[in-house]
Amino acid sequence: MSDKIVIIDYGMGNLRSVQKAFEKVGADAIISNDHNVIQNSSKLVLPGVGAFKDAMSNLAELDLIDLLHEEVINKKKLFLGICLGMQLIARKSYEFGETEGLGWIDAEIIRFDFSDSPIELKVPHVGWNNVAYVNSSPLFENIPDNSDFYFVHSYYFASDRQYVTGITDYGVEFISSVQKKNIFATQFHPEKSQTHGLKIIENFVRLEGTSVC
Amino acid sequence: MLKHRIIPCVLLKDWQLVKSIQFSSYRTIGHPIATVRVYNARNVDELIVLDIDASLNDEPINTEIITDIANECFMPLTIGGGIKSLEDVYTVLNAGADKIAINSKAITNPSFIREIATVFGSQCVVASIDIKKIDGVYRVYNKKMGIVDIDPVELACEYEAQGAGEILLTSVDRDGTTVGYDTELLQLFGNKITIPIIINGGMGNPKDSIEALLSGADALAAAYIFHFSQYTPDMIKKELAFHNFPVRLVKG
Repeated sequence: MSDKIVIIDYGMGNLRSVQKAFEKVGADAIISNDHNVIQNSSKLVLPGVGAFKDAMSNLAELDLIDLLHEEVINKKKLFLGICLGMQLIARKSYEFGETEGLGWIDAEIIRFDFSDSPIELKVPHVGWNNVAYVNSSPLFENIPDNSDFYFVHSYYFASDRQYVTGITDYGVEFISSVQKKNIFATQFHPEKSQTHGLKIIENFVRLEGTSVC
Repeated sequence: MLKHRIIPCVLLKDWQLVKSIQFSSYRTIGHPIATVRVYNARNVDELIVLDIDASLNDEPINTEIITDIANECFMPLTIGGGIKSLEDVYTVLNAGADKIAINSKAITNPSFIREIATVFGSQCVVASIDIKKIDGVYRVYNKKMGIVDIDPVELACEYEAQGAGEILLTSVDRDGTTVGYDTELLQLFGNKITIPIIINGGMGNPKDSIEALLSGADALAAAYIFHFSQYTPDMIKKELAFHNFPVRLVKG
């Protein structure tokens, strides 16, 4: 059976860009928020740009929170979170007050704060920055360590190092990618990161079933 | 470490690729899709596509050509020209752009930036300001309105306060001239603006890029140099790397 990749449509941005990247590496990905389509998928992608709170309330409105939990945590479907989609798997975000996330990894989403540092870096962190590998991840296969990827975000994922696969330096060393079993996520945008980004999409497409441990 | 971006700027007029000198004497030089394809193949950092007369002529958004351009891009793509409503923003982003550049509409209505940022996020709003030096003073210039009676730095600060993600600063006087970026202009803005500044207008050789970064630019946009000289974005980046500026070098 061929893979059914579903890009979750919850009203938060650049879904078409992500779909295009899948097409470019020869995979079909459907954009949908239909519960049946999501249940029948083999892989799920949660992209997104915008505010955490809006994203969570959109997911709640579409009744997707429990469904995603069932598909990703219980059924262990391969999952890729991108940018805001990575932040949403955290326990809690401090963007515009406190908002609970999906809570799949014990992490908090906090803002870059350079008010006490000698060099006040600009926020958002926008542009190309390198990702240093922490543990090996199948997502980075055949991509050199410290390759550059495209970032645009003001908040970042803070957790202990258990699930970290990549870190990036922007005034602070922050977590730019994680993997917890079948759950993969990147703070950067692979769909906007040219050849190395497309390679990440291809690596995700190639991952098989629920055999990742 | 965050890299300085080198961003080819593709100018369109009636959705044809043109070159301009000081915002006039346009000449059609080819088809945009072919050009965009070349930039994607060259692995550029980012791309800005501006339809320069869209606002002036009240043209509708050309969804078809934006879609065609976006389909060639696997790097961040900014589209500007004639965006007047949230619906226009949605149309452009939905066609595959990542950011929109706002110019004319924001001059008369800076809160339009806030409206866009609230719905689509600050990351997709590039506030574009065109500047002309008149009698030694930098003034805001707009093709439709001419010289606008607003202080350029104040306007940029207002855009930032309204939630713009980046400022695209274009020197009309330097446009298409290859005499180098207006570093004095950059210094005027540098300390006042905390969001990234993309400087545009005047790059003629790789050395110009160094001056601009030293004067406070975060990213460098250019049109003429990449269309009409032997220099490629990669050559600019190699020069910068040689002088220890962080850039994303592409192999091959």
